[in-house]
Amino acid sequence: MSGITVYKDKCIGCSLCVKTCPFDAITLVDKKAVIDLDKCTLCSSCVEACRKTNAIEIIRETTRTPDIEKYKGVWVFVEQKRGVVQPVAFELLGKARELADKLDVEVAAVLLGHNVKEKAQELIERGADTVYVADDPKLEHFLDEPYARILANLIRKHRPEILLSPATSIGRSVVSRVAVQLRVGLTADCTALDVNLDERFLLQTRPAFGGNIMATILSRHHRPQLATVRHKVMKELPPDLSRKGRIDALTFDRSFFTSRTKVLEVVDSVMATVNITEANVIVSGGRAMGGAANFKMLEDLAGVLNGAVGASRAAIDEGWLPYAHQVGQTGKTVCPKVYIACGISGQIQHLVGMQSSDIIIAINRDASAPIFSVANYGIVGDIFEVVPLLTKKFKQVV
Amino acid sequence: MNVIVCIKQVPDTTEVRIDPVTKNLVREGVKSIINPFDAYAIEEGVRLKEKFGGKVTAVTMGPPQAEMVLREAISLGCDDAILVSDRAFAGSDTLATGYTLSKAVAKIKDYDLIICGKQAIDGDTAQVGPGVAAMLDIPQITYVRKINDVKDGEITAERSTEEGYEVVQTKLPCLITVVKEINTPRLPSLKGKMKAKSAVIQAWKAVDIEAEPDRIGLKGSPTEVWKIFTPPARAQGQIFQGEAQASVDQLVDSLKGLLY
Repeated sequence: MSGITVYKDKCIGCSLCVKTCPFDAITLVDKKAVIDLDKCTLCSSCVEACRKTNAIEIIRETTRTPDIEKYKGVWVFVEQKRGVVQPVAFELLGKARELADKLDVEVAAVLLGHNVKEKAQELIERGADTVYVADDPKLEHFLDEPYARILANLIRKHRPEILLSPATSIGRSVVSRVAVQLRVGLTADCTALDVNLDERFLLQTRPAFGGNIMATILSRHHRPQLATVRHKVMKELPPDLSRKGRIDALTFDRSFFTSRTKVLEVVDSVMATVNITEANVIVSGGRAMGGAANFKMLEDLAGVLNGAVGASRAAIDEGWLPYAHQVGQTGKTVCPKVYIACGISGQIQHLVGMQSSDIIIAINRDASAPIFSVANYGIVGDIFEVVPLLTKKFKQVV
Repeated sequence: MNVIVCIKQVPDTTEVRIDPVTKNLVREGVKSIINPFDAYAIEEGVRLKEKFGGKVTAVTMGPPQAEMVLREAISLGCDDAILVSDRAFAGSDTLATGYTLSKAVAKIKDYDLIICGKQAIDGDTAQVGPGVAAMLDIPQITYVRKINDVKDGEITAERSTEEGYEVVQTKLPCLITVVKEINTPRLPSLKGKMKAKSAVIQAWKAVDIEAEPDRIGLKGSPTEVWKIFTPPARAQGQIFQGEAQASVDQLVDSLKGLLY
């Protein structure tokens, strides 16, 4: 029977589980843990906390993909926009290559779009052994229904064990539908991936509770194992022009392309220098910026470093920049190589959106601002003095 | 126009802390709140009702105490509220949750539009909305920042992308997930609060929505949490104070090899 059990004979009443439970579902009764099943979500935090004593266990009975051992290979769903392969696709291919080599299987890329055929070779150079291409005018714009239908069809036919997709607005939308169609597990927004070679399952690590904890998720009994993966976390392979691979140009029956949804217009309002999820460097401003016009100073600094401009919620709510620039819990989660926070105090809602950046630089007048606690480097000073000096200095050296 | 809004009660993750000694998650004093993105979903549903008539039904799946967020939804203008709650749902991952909610929606039956927040702040998956749409085999528009028009059985909306937005049209019934940009939620009115207090919340169990036992809870969840750990702490940073030019020079020097 599936469920959670406390072994009373093993429980030592240490109350670690009580403190750990995110849902307040555990109390001590006569020095033994008792779980309120109305509150428990079986999140397994307590099992983890009790690992030394091993008094709590979750038993799961689950369904299983038939012929599970026949699923082989690591796939990448390649995101393209207007025929341009997005950089995150190369990052995923790099990771897929590493996982596939450990598992001793092949890497395949799935490329859907219009006028994208000639991009297939590049995917081979970046690590793919096979590229499945569906090139059709009907696939020009991303549409959930045909994209999900084609992906699910290819998976049913070729049975890969793993499919990686970017955790972008497109990736998250389409793969969620694919997971339902195949009735398999999907783990969102992974920041680390590895494989267990004994049982060939994918260890999918992701932040949870706003990045306060990390959880490793797995799907033991279902194939393929689907994961969306965060930008800028995995390392791409340099192009290897000598790599050989197979390009499989697919044709589909018209019924595959039907969609109840149509795209009427695509508006790229966000300047290239602003796509903060793809940027290697982000220069962000907070409330202390004082007004929209002052962001020119951050654009200048971002310009020198080939970066994008971001903002805290406070600055967005003031209307100084459009919402697309917002970093933080109700905005975007970013992880650039360098994040420069200018006049941002560093409330937790902002930190959860940027604390996984490689290097964080904080500039703030208040030496006790919480942003300094996550910063690798900091300057205590007036942003209006420091930022222009920084721009000038970088101009000299970059 | 009948709207269903799917909402979730979440721990206020901004208050979740890690015990520095035991390295465990400490939830003492952490409030349960309505998922922030769901407030935009409720507001949009109520605005559509005000414009086109019809009603807004709020649905949540969760433990009995999740009833609280349904009362909040009523105070904000929702007409009906349904709590989908059963011990059999415990341990549901996004696949099982999507299935369960889709069965609840199927029981409500009469709807034109389902609205969800773009994601919940505890899990941050953004998977349940599209999952519900796929289970019901209805179209979806994710990350909606504006509804342009609803007429003749179609909805036109702006879908946010990383580069800007797309204007997308689809047929009703459909599901949309909304981002913060879509509106500014109102505060509950006094009348709304009174109504919320006395409202009767319908409670549906697994049998009421005819959920297949194999597809709910732990059994219906292909994914499992294998390990939970605290992220490695960031090393103590180097902070420059004093004269600005000197600080800038020191900082830029430290970044050599990294940025240039």
